[in-house]
Amino acid sequence: MLGTYYTFPELLLWIPLLTGIILFFIKNSKVVKTVALLSSLLTLGVSVTSLFYSDIAHHPEYFNYSNVSYVWMPYIGSSFSVGLDGMGFLLTFLTAFTFPLIFAATHKREYANTNVYYGLMLLTQAGITGVFVATDALVFYFFWELALIPMYFLCSRWGGEFRIRVTFKFFVYTFVSSLLMLIGVIYVYLHTPPVSTLSDHSFYLRSFYNATLTRGEQNGLFWLFFLAFAVKMPIFPFHSWQPDLYEQSSNSSVMVLSGIMVKMGIFGMLRWLLPIFPDAVGSYQTLVIIFCVIGILYGSSIAFVQSDLKRIVAWSSIAHIGLMGAAVFSANNTSLQGVMLEMFNHGINIIALWIVVDIIEKKTGIRKISELGGLAIKSPALSIFFLIIVLANIALPLTNGFASEFLMFTGLFEYNKYLAAFACLSIIISAAYMLNMMQKVFFGVPNTFTENVGAITMSQKFILSIIVLTIVILGIYPGPLLHLTQGSVTEILQKFK
Amino acid sequence: MNAIIISALWGVVMMFGGVFFKKSTIPKYWAIAGIIILLAANILEFRGIQIFNIDVKGMLHFDNFGLQFNTISFICTFLFFLLNGREIEKVGENVSEYFALIFFILCGVSISSSFNTLLMLFLGIEIMSIPSYILTGSDKRNLKSNEASLKYFLMGAFSTGLMLMGIALIYGGNSLGSFYINMIELGTGKMPVMIAAGLVLLVVSMSFKVSAAPFHFWAADVYDGAPTVFTSFMATIVKIAGFIAFIRLFQVSFGIIQQQWQMLIAVITAATLLIGNLTAVFQQSVKRMLAYSSIAHAGFMMFALFALNNTAKEGLILYALSYSVATIGMFAILVKMSDYTIEGFNGLYKYQPVLACTATIFLLSLTGIPLTAGFASKFYMLLAAVKDGHQIWLVVLAVICAAISAVYYFRAIQAIYFKEPPAGAYPQLDVTRNFKYLLIISAAIIILAGILPSLVVDWLYY
Repeated sequence: MLGTYYTFPELLLWIPLLTGIILFFIKNSKVVKTVALLSSLLTLGVSVTSLFYSDIAHHPEYFNYSNVSYVWMPYIGSSFSVGLDGMGFLLTFLTAFTFPLIFAATHKREYANTNVYYGLMLLTQAGITGVFVATDALVFYFFWELALIPMYFLCSRWGGEFRIRVTFKFFVYTFVSSLLMLIGVIYVYLHTPPVSTLSDHSFYLRSFYNATLTRGEQNGLFWLFFLAFAVKMPIFPFHSWQPDLYEQSSNSSVMVLSGIMVKMGIFGMLRWLLPIFPDAVGSYQTLVIIFCVIGILYGSSIAFVQSDLKRIVAWSSIAHIGLMGAAVFSANNTSLQGVMLEMFNHGINIIALWIVVDIIEKKTGIRKISELGGLAIKSPALSIFFLIIVLANIALPLTNGFASEFLMFTGLFEYNKYLAAFACLSIIISAAYMLNMMQKVFFGVPNTFTENVGAITMSQKFILSIIVLTIVILGIYPGPLLHLTQGSVTEILQKFK
Repeated sequence: MNAIIISALWGVVMMFGGVFFKKSTIPKYWAIAGIIILLAANILEFRGIQIFNIDVKGMLHFDNFGLQFNTISFICTFLFFLLNGREIEKVGENVSEYFALIFFILCGVSISSSFNTLLMLFLGIEIMSIPSYILTGSDKRNLKSNEASLKYFLMGAFSTGLMLMGIALIYGGNSLGSFYINMIELGTGKMPVMIAAGLVLLVVSMSFKVSAAPFHFWAADVYDGAPTVFTSFMATIVKIAGFIAFIRLFQVSFGIIQQQWQMLIAVITAATLLIGNLTAVFQQSVKRMLAYSSIAHAGFMMFALFALNNTAKEGLILYALSYSVATIGMFAILVKMSDYTIEGFNGLYKYQPVLACTATIFLLSLTGIPLTAGFASKFYMLLAAVKDGHQIWLVVLAVICAAISAVYYFRAIQAIYFKEPPAGAYPQLDVTRNFKYLLIISAAIIILAGILPSLVVDWLYY
């Protein structure tokens, strides 16, 4: 089994899917937590192993597609085909890497119906992985929606007071937009060349790349796809579900949502939007980048005036996502490589922020930055870790954030100097709100809320040091990741010539 | 042919059996036996084995499409009997007659799926409708049931009149003097006035039968007033049989001039989708919500008629299965509830996890979430409509309506999982172990057909 590299994308899918289903039937909550952690570690192992079994030997310059497909609906030209390329590997690895961290970081949390909670988490993992490995449009759409359903239940069942309404808003936003994408998928499908004798058209990714679409058709279809991805990311005018949901949901669901699920939107743009509609991207890229830049400035400005820790992180995420969106639509080698790197880094950094927020919330029971203070005296280790994470979010040199943001800004600058200049303002604002948060939460004199806070435990230190190590290593030496994704970037850019 | 004769005969057997059955629990078993025989006979016919060899002068034509639909409707009826057998006994005293009427409806269903002349179409539709009027009023002491029955009968009779008028006009406008649907003279260019008038009357009356807007007003009251067990039967099998007849008629007789009437169907489809979905959002009673949602689904099924290609027919077959199983399952759960409002479902998962979980799968399927049959059928419908390529706005509208439908289906899901059950003791539901297993099987069918729709569709080309 291990001899053929082809089985890895499937293993990445089936392990969380099957353990997720099994967990629903286990009652003991300790066993549930252990099984979930082991399953996610196993997935991580598979993901790492898949790197060594890649055909780098044959294609030293980059990861190539490896594809495995099963007959599914031959008469309409759809097969269950999954595969990994550099970009796919990067994101499946991000998923596999962060889930054990999330499970470990929230190990102590008690939930009602623990088995259901962890079962849904693993199903979400399977759904997200499915999106990243799908090379058939219908399979992609299946997983795109399937990742949403367990997430819907996770956020509606566990969380704050208004969680049901807020989650439903998120659900409706994404459901409408993805159904519109379905129309787009069907339309493109009807313009693809056949790959087998059984059907006239095909849902296969390569057939989609070869679809014959006029410029006018592309312009219309572009928006159908764009909307689905933009809502998921979320890009500026479609973001209104995001801050409320992040505030209301339980912390580990938010980690999955903000750390991994939003990458589905960016990934979708890179794999399904840019290469299929290059002409339309040419027509609309300035418009979209303008929206993204507005989102960057808007998100950072709002984050500046928030008083709730979770809302600060939520709005700062909108700013980061806006930057990624702008870089995606700049569509040059530098910016796309920056996006690839940032997808990974943003995932790590924002999950790190949530973990710290979770620790603070658990220790003090409050999230208002005006009521917190003096944590640096009470818990020095936490404050050191948090400082590094904050610096990575500001994108200080030597942290991972710097490498990716630098590439993205350079790419954006290549596309349009003025827009890049506006976008760069976000660095200043983000430094302001992040350091403001740091100052108010950690420095100063301990007050009534924080005076009983103790130091963080060994396991928390361990988790945070893994994250901080990743941040520093990728900050100093991002080369391997860039090497991995160069092939995918080259392939996307080929369509623009 | 097998199905038509056996269902009619078994209906008669059940009716006279009412005299001999001493206990009211016996007819149920006879009915289940009957439906198994019916299913077997239909499958034999699928394989080309005719038990009865009757020369029908080409007035009936059995093809895979019709037979496949028969199979699905018999399977759904089987499921319906198994799930609701005990509830049917509670409706009134004439238990055996209720089953007899259902068998007569199945006879009408089999005729509607295989007619080849306008006369047979009329017979099939009427044989389906008249027992439905009676079943609606079967809860004799309930005024709402009586009202619904009378309303249904009066409106139904009126639409039957329109259908007859349409048939007469088409017959009259036809120099061959023939009722055969494949021999209607449509002329070249614009169709003759009499044919056009007949066509419009047929559209109106068939739209009435399938509860498409603006001829849907009866549906909500009738489905709400009828005994809940029978609502689930009428809203699924009877309605979809109407669609099968509708598409059969329009494909064979008027298929080549589709351009001339497609806009009419598009408008009806759009109106049905909008009215069904928007009205369902405001319902407080789950029964009424499901009644309006059945109108909304009629809108989706109208896509088959709008596109009228092979994909559309595949989609309609899938829709028949996914919608019927989900609706029958949902109604079976609803019948067991003491309170039909959405609040009645509050916290269901805390005291009936199996019911809660299967209800969720049914509702997700009705919404059209991937992995359920509901998605597969909606996907086929959208595929057919985009393939047709004329009215993309209609597809966009349908998608938006599908999203609206999430609002009311998810309201029930939210009640089941996220709301607290009523304080004090949990409501006691009369639910047996077998009932739960059946629900799980129904949910499994939904998921299986969602993952592998070709299992259902490929039989069309068998």
